[in-house]
Amino acid sequence: MDISLQHYLAVAAMLFTIGVFGIFVNRKNIIVILMSIEMILLAVNINFVAFSRYLGNVEGQLMAMFVLTVAAAEAAVGLAILVTFFRNRGDIAVDDASVMKG
Amino acid sequence: MTDLSSALQIAAPEVTLAVGGLVLLMIGAFTGEKSTRLVSGLSVLLLLAATALTVTGPLGQAFGGTYIADPLAVYGKAVIFLSAALAIVLGDVWMHRNNMAKFEYPVLITLSSIGLGMMASSGDLISMYMGIEMSSLALYVLAAYRRDSLHASEAGLKYFVLGALSSGILLYGASLIYGFAGSMKFDEIAAFASNNPGPGLIFGMVFLIAGLAFKVSAAPFHMWTPDVYQGAPTPVVALFATAPKVAAMILIARVLIDGFNLAHFQWAQVVILISLVSFAVGAFGGLLQKDIQRLLAYSSIINIGYALLGIAAGTEMGVQAMLMFMTLYVIDQFGFFAILLSLSRNGRPIRNISDLAGLKQERPLTAIALTVLALSAVGIPPLSGFWGKFYVFGAAADAGYWMAGAAGLVASVVAAFYYLRIIKVMWFDAAETEVKTDKAPAVPQWIGWAAAAFAFPVLLVALTWLEPLTKAAAAGVGVG
Repeated sequence: MDISLQHYLAVAAMLFTIGVFGIFVNRKNIIVILMSIEMILLAVNINFVAFSRYLGNVEGQLMAMFVLTVAAAEAAVGLAILVTFFRNRGDIAVDDASVMKG
Repeated sequence: MTDLSSALQIAAPEVTLAVGGLVLLMIGAFTGEKSTRLVSGLSVLLLLAATALTVTGPLGQAFGGTYIADPLAVYGKAVIFLSAALAIVLGDVWMHRNNMAKFEYPVLITLSSIGLGMMASSGDLISMYMGIEMSSLALYVLAAYRRDSLHASEAGLKYFVLGALSSGILLYGASLIYGFAGSMKFDEIAAFASNNPGPGLIFGMVFLIAGLAFKVSAAPFHMWTPDVYQGAPTPVVALFATAPKVAAMILIARVLIDGFNLAHFQWAQVVILISLVSFAVGAFGGLLQKDIQRLLAYSSIINIGYALLGIAAGTEMGVQAMLMFMTLYVIDQFGFFAILLSLSRNGRPIRNISDLAGLKQERPLTAIALTVLALSAVGIPPLSGFWGKFYVFGAAADAGYWMAGAAGLVASVVAAFYYLRIIKVMWFDAAETEVKTDKAPAVPQWIGWAAAAFAFPVLLVALTWLEPLTKAAAAGVGVG
């Protein structure tokens, strides 16, 4: 069986959906949210590289490199914010991030 | 190498900010915290220099069309850089009052304004994404800037998680657009979309709009806004309410009107829907709020709805209306936040609307200024808020969206309730505590008064030059 563009797009769409659900359904741990965000970005990368190969256009792969770089920076900033939150709260459960409501 | 040097000339504002920002970071890192005042002052000068370079610099496209310096970008960047400079000035007072004076604050604002500038002049999906991320990463840190406060770190965390999710959604949309249109560049996407805006492209576009709506805090993607506005430091919120919103609005105008020129019918429906939901959420959500900053969050949601109405019109007139509205809105917001920063009781900042009681006796001038600003936000005729709405509704009605404009009018009547409540508490309620307000720091007080003075008498003069400026900035950006 040939693996066509559609297969890649399907995998990326599934990973993307799992990532989005991971953020909204997950009620336990903020680290899981960070992992879900990472998964969304990687799903997008699969899309970009698959399209780039299919179109014979290198821009998509270029974008994938940028996305990888940004994902690394984003994880660094996110973890730093998480550390300050942990210091103030003593816990990183999602339900605890609810001082402000309304 | 003439190609590179001309490109660098066109991109001079961002290059200057990037180099200058890194130099300031080094100055701060090597001299420690005593250099905070110096770094603040220098970064304000740097932002002013970047504004001057933007206004005087050459127009054109650089780096193969990924960076565009056109009148729209120039106008937007002037507003963005000046707002960032003002946020640094306002922040200085706040930081010293709370013993939070650290040189990272101005440096982070400088770094985020590089990204905001990139957003305003991006010409393809890559520079759009990089601009958004460069600004967002600095803004996440700024939201959690007060790291010993639970509220601030929770605000930072929420902003980070939802911001990262929105970038992911935006990026997924960008990947679909790239795949189905075969190019990253907005003009090539426009050329493709004119022939056949197929389902793949429309799907990608909707994802892109959703991601951008997150950034401007338009409902139903607004859930981070009230929490971040409440938890983040006041000067940081003043920045959030202004510069990133302007940058993202210009980006939306550019992507949708330039990139999806002939799919106007498809995206206008989505944008109108978003702005209608924003009207409802902004108007009704603010009614029961006690915290002033949280109230301003709902006020920003409703105002973003008005600005989106201008974009939905899709005409040159609509873009002009959006620019006019955003400019007047930015000035009004700075007035609000400056006054909020200038008031405190016993060294504790004013947080709740009820804390404003008795302001009439204690600070009559500030009370008058706040009244003018609130009435302007309601949209009472000669004040600045009225003119912003006047242009937007005019453009929407002109493009045939008069029903949405009417909904906006209804929403502003509902929202009038909470602005009028601020006025009522200030003028008619007796002070709850004996504690008088502290001596106001001069700088924010003057900025607040100046914004109020702008909202009424100065505006009538300013309109005569804002009108041609916004008209020139919007020239050539329109559907059809």
